Amino acid sequence: MSIVRIPPTLRADTAGEREVLASGGNVRELLDDLISRFPTLEGKLEYANVYVGGEDIRTRDGLETPVAESDTVILLPAMAGGC
Amino acid sequence: MPVISLGEAHEVLYGDAVFLDVREQSEWDLGHVPDALHIPRAQVAARVEQEVPDKTRRVVVYCARGARSQIAAQTLLARGYERVANLVDGFTGWEEHGLPAVVPSTLPDDQRRRYSRHLLIPEVGEAGQRRLLNARVLLVGAGGLGSPASLYLAAAGVGTIGIVDEDVVDDSNLQRQIVHTTSRVGEPKVESARETLEALNPDVNVRTFRERLTSENVDRILGEGWDVIVDGADNFPTRYLVNDASVWHGIPVVHGSIYRFEGQVTVFKPREGPCYRCLFPTPPPAELAPSCAEGGVLGVLPGTVGSLQATEALKLVLEIGESLIGRLQLFDALGATFTEVALRRDPDCPVCGENPTIADYIDYLEFCSR
Repeated sequence: MSIVRIPPTLRADTAGEREVLASGGNVRELLDDLISRFPTLEGKLEYANVYVGGEDIRTRDGLETPVAESDTVILLPAMAGGC
Repeated sequence: MPVISLGEAHEVLYGDAVFLDVREQSEWDLGHVPDALHIPRAQVAARVEQEVPDKTRRVVVYCARGARSQIAAQTLLARGYERVANLVDGFTGWEEHGLPAVVPSTLPDDQRRRYSRHLLIPEVGEAGQRRLLNARVLLVGAGGLGSPASLYLAAAGVGTIGIVDEDVVDDSNLQRQIVHTTSRVGEPKVESARETLEALNPDVNVRTFRERLTSENVDRILGEGWDVIVDGADNFPTRYLVNDASVWHGIPVVHGSIYRFEGQVTVFKPREGPCYRCLFPTPPPAELAPSCAEGGVLGVLPGTVGSLQATEALKLVLEIGESLIGRLQLFDALGATFTEVALRRDPDCPVCGENPTIADYIDYLEFCSR
C-alpha cells in the first residue's frame, strides 16, 4: 500500500482524510484502487497532476509509471485562490 | 606611455602615489581602489590640476581595462605631470587578483539606518539594497497574498511597487488581508494598500491600477516595465492571462495560490523553467476548484504563502540563492509540512513550448468555463 495525499478540494470524497492508502503497481492501478475505495472520486482525478516520488508522471511513463510501496503519491490540482 | 603592473601598483598603494579612477559614477559605486581619487574621464582635463596640484606626485591612472585610462594618462602627461603610469590591467584585473577594494557608501544616512539589517548581510549589502531601491515589482491582486507580499516588499525598500486590483475593501477581507484596515472598508483596495505601504516606507513609489487585468489592458500595464510579477490573483482566467503575458513580456512570475489550509508556491521564469500552462494545461471545472470565498481559508495561510512569494521576489531582484524555478512547494498548515515536487517544461506547451500554437491573448473567461 502506498500513501496518497488528497488535496483539500477532494477531501469531501475521502471523509475528510488528508492521506489515504491505496495499492497498485503503477499509477493506473493505484488510482483505480483509490476510486474503488472512494467511489465519488470518479471523474475528478483527471484534473489533478500526479506526482510519484516528487516527479510528475507526465515526465515519466504517465499512468504506467511504477509505484513502489514506499512511494508517496501526491494529487495536485490547480488552485486559483489568492484571496 | 608608461605602464604599471598590478604587482607594482599594489606595492605603491599605501605610499604617496595617488590612484586616479577615470570610470563612470555607476562603475565607481560598485567598488574601487581604497583612497582613490575619482574623476570620470571626460572631466579629467577640467578637474585634475585642482584635485592633484603637485605635478611631481606619482599618479596611477586606471579604468576598467586600461583603455580609457590610457587616454586620461595622456591628458595628464600633456599637462606636465611627471610620473604618470597607466594600470593596463585595470580595476577588472585588480579585483580578479583579489587586491584591496572598497565599495563606497552611496546611501544617505536615513537609508543606511532603515536598511542596516540588509546592509549587514554580505549577499545583500549596499549594492543589493541599491538594486532593491531601483527594482520594480508588480503585484496582481491586493488580497490575501498581495497583502503580506506588498508589506514585506515595501519594508525591504523595493523602490516601485505596482498593484493591480479593481475591488474595494470588504469587511470579510480583514480576517487575512493585513494591508487593509477596518476604517478603509469600502475604499478601493489599491488606494488602501498605497496608504499602508507609503506609511510603512516613504522610499517606496506605489503605482496603482484600479482595474481588473484583461487582455485589453495587460500590455499597457506590463509594458511599464517590471522586474518581477507577484501573482496573487483569485481566479483562473487571470492566472492564465498573467502567464501568457509574462511569457511574451519575458517577466518572471512568483506564483502563489491558497485554499483552506494549503498553499502552492513556485516561480515561473520564461525560457529558464516551465510556465503555468506547463504545470496546468487546462483549468479544472469550477466545481472542482472552489475559491476561498466558497470554501474558506485560514486567515494566516496567505501570510505564510505571500511571505514566501515576497522572499522569492527579493531573491530574483538580488539574483541570489536557489530560486523556486522548476520546483513547487506545497505547504500544508495542518500537517506543518512543506513538500516539494519537480516541475518540468513541456516541449509541447502551447505558449512557451518549441512550437507555440497560442501567440496572442485568447478569451480567458471562455477558456476557463469550458
